[in-house]
Amino acid sequence: MRKVYIQSVGSVSAQKTFDNSEFLNEISDYNDTVILAVDPAYKDYIPPAAARRMAKGIKMGVVASKLALTDANLENVDAILTGTGMGCVIDSEKFVSAIIDNNEEYLTPTSFIQSTHNTVGGQIALGLGCKGYNFTYVHAGISFESAVLDAKMQLENEEANHILVGGVDELGDHTVKIHRLINHIKPEAVSLRNVLTSTSEGAVFSEGANFFVLSSEQNSNCYAELCDLKTFNTLNEQDVETAAKDFLKDNDLTINDIDLIVLGNNGDVKFDGYYNKLSNGLFSETPQVGYKHLCGEFNTASSFGFWLGAKILKSQSIPDIVRMNAVQAKNLKTILLYNQYRGENHSFILLKKC
Amino acid sequence: MSQGVAITGMGIISAIGNNVAENYSALVEGRKGISRVDKIDTVHRDAIMVGEIDFTNAELESQLGLDSDNNYSRTALLGAVAAKQAIADAQITDITKYKTGLISATSVGGMDMTEKYYYQYLEDKKLQKYIDGHHAGDSTQKIAEQLGIEQSLVTTISTACSSAANAIMFGARLIKSGKLDRVVVGGADCLSKFTINGFKTLMILSDTYNTPFDENRKGLNLGEAAAFLVLESDKVVKAENKKVLGYVKGYGNANDAFHQTASSDNGDGATLAMEKALKVAGLEAKDIDYINAHGTATGNNDLSEGRAIIRVFGETPPDFSSTKAYTGHTLAAAGAIEAVYSLLALQHNEIFPNLNYKTQMKEFSIRPQTVLKKKELATVLSNSLGFGGNCSTVIFSKEA
Repeated sequence: MRKVYIQSVGSVSAQKTFDNSEFLNEISDYNDTVILAVDPAYKDYIPPAAARRMAKGIKMGVVASKLALTDANLENVDAILTGTGMGCVIDSEKFVSAIIDNNEEYLTPTSFIQSTHNTVGGQIALGLGCKGYNFTYVHAGISFESAVLDAKMQLENEEANHILVGGVDELGDHTVKIHRLINHIKPEAVSLRNVLTSTSEGAVFSEGANFFVLSSEQNSNCYAELCDLKTFNTLNEQDVETAAKDFLKDNDLTINDIDLIVLGNNGDVKFDGYYNKLSNGLFSETPQVGYKHLCGEFNTASSFGFWLGAKILKSQSIPDIVRMNAVQAKNLKTILLYNQYRGENHSFILLKKC
Repeated sequence: MSQGVAITGMGIISAIGNNVAENYSALVEGRKGISRVDKIDTVHRDAIMVGEIDFTNAELESQLGLDSDNNYSRTALLGAVAAKQAIADAQITDITKYKTGLISATSVGGMDMTEKYYYQYLEDKKLQKYIDGHHAGDSTQKIAEQLGIEQSLVTTISTACSSAANAIMFGARLIKSGKLDRVVVGGADCLSKFTINGFKTLMILSDTYNTPFDENRKGLNLGEAAAFLVLESDKVVKAENKKVLGYVKGYGNANDAFHQTASSDNGDGATLAMEKALKVAGLEAKDIDYINAHGTATGNNDLSEGRAIIRVFGETPPDFSSTKAYTGHTLAAAGAIEAVYSLLALQHNEIFPNLNYKTQMKEFSIRPQTVLKKKELATVLSNSLGFGGNCSTVIFSKEA
């Protein structure tokens, strides 16, 4: 079975990550409950006429995918795999509200066409003229991980050599409004530096797109080797440690082999207990980093964690802003990522230095 | 030749029947399930026809034994009913005995509740339980719970009208690569105002019965349905001495990269998908006995798909038919519905007729099979083509 490498990254997030020459050098601070992605100059990547028709998610996805292709020095890929938890919510909201407000009359097709979950993947393919395999996974907190798993299998089994994989989600006004009602969003503004230690329910909602070229070939641009990935639809809090241990065992590793753990804490007092099981238990002596105070929470926020892990391994450095404990890393060779959202859809990912 | 992945169970609920047997008898009797829409209050009622399932949500809830405080969308209800049938058909009594996953497909997800309560959510606390049921993955999580699939690989694919074909494809690859011993694959989509109005604005809804591959076709009828297959590894089939219904022999997915909603005139994507599937199956075009076409009865699809069939199979392709005239276009579920029909075709050595066909299309000379045909079948190729240029083909076979 061939090995799989993260060949390149491209990120549009609530931080200025679209400039890949930097690594969280300057932080966009906030004190809020919902934060927006920092806009790159979309016109540098998408013709203005096309961009006008695109909702933010499509634009972010197209830009992040272009950044990843540029970073990989590739013009095209063999397959495009996209993860999106909520899909194109802006166009969906537009179309639903138009149906209701106008009693099913005077509707135009544009927002319906663009509301389809696979719009981003389709638009990327259209832009590249890529006729290869094109899947979109839409399974809440493991949408991105499902796409990565599919890509990994194809690369291992020699079905493809270079695959564009990404996670993208956008914020919609109505979606935000109704998620406040059910306490998925924090009741009061929280500042970036206090999110992860917050004692309230809910998360700081956000949006973003993180794309990667995964390849079967390793070249000098390589960020990391993607060793393994596992997802779980359900997992009890008391079983998280066992699941982590089993995952490491499958890879002939023990806790001591993990140089750094990347955790998806979002400061939701109701569900961060899952992460605490690992950070206070098995991995209490392991350097720990978090990232959702930087990128906010969305169904594919874990793709930002994947970006962070890849950047740490390539740069062999850990920005202070992501550190969650004082344990210093002796080595930066093997990284474990763990994420879940609201107690469901858990994922473990193992990355190694190339 | 590559080894196929065994299919050991199937379940379905559609406008032509609430289980596999009812669907089969409708298919052989030429009984379509297309009517005026009853369960959705739409101003378009008299302008469109749909493939609607008779059961109300309350009836489906009671079949599943759900409490009144459940937050199942109709997509989840239909999906759970069909998936449970598939598990029963595969005679699985202990789902935890083998590493079992679930790959479902949907495009509508919980949109039926979202569009009903969109503004009411803001005022009525009792309805807010449905907010979390909107996203596409929610129906899949619920189906997994209904089947008792826990701590496992469960995910959802949404690539518009090719979604369920892609779920079958991904499931087959998970079995082949040894990631799972057993996987339930399929899809579910309910009717919604969202899709009715969406396709209406695209002006591709017929005001009468849809007529696939007919020169005078006026567009599609939307339908609602769910169907699931159980795929099992050779190890499980052997250990449990399982009856095998057929095999997922080949599969291919390609992107047309032509237009967000329309297919290219020459069917580039569909051609590539069929060619890839044949390659994975280790088969040649001449080895295919029947094509279950996507055949939505839109001007664009049938022309593009017909041309693609000619590109792959020549001017005299194997018998082909679209079953959309029976069920309507069930969107993300279509690939799974038609997988069940392909397996029924193999089991009974029958090709189901392409109903409502009258006039030869002028762009080419191929014509669908229009009456029930008895014929020894070893292989069936099924196409699913969707928005975003997404084109998928799955090949089913009697032998591994």
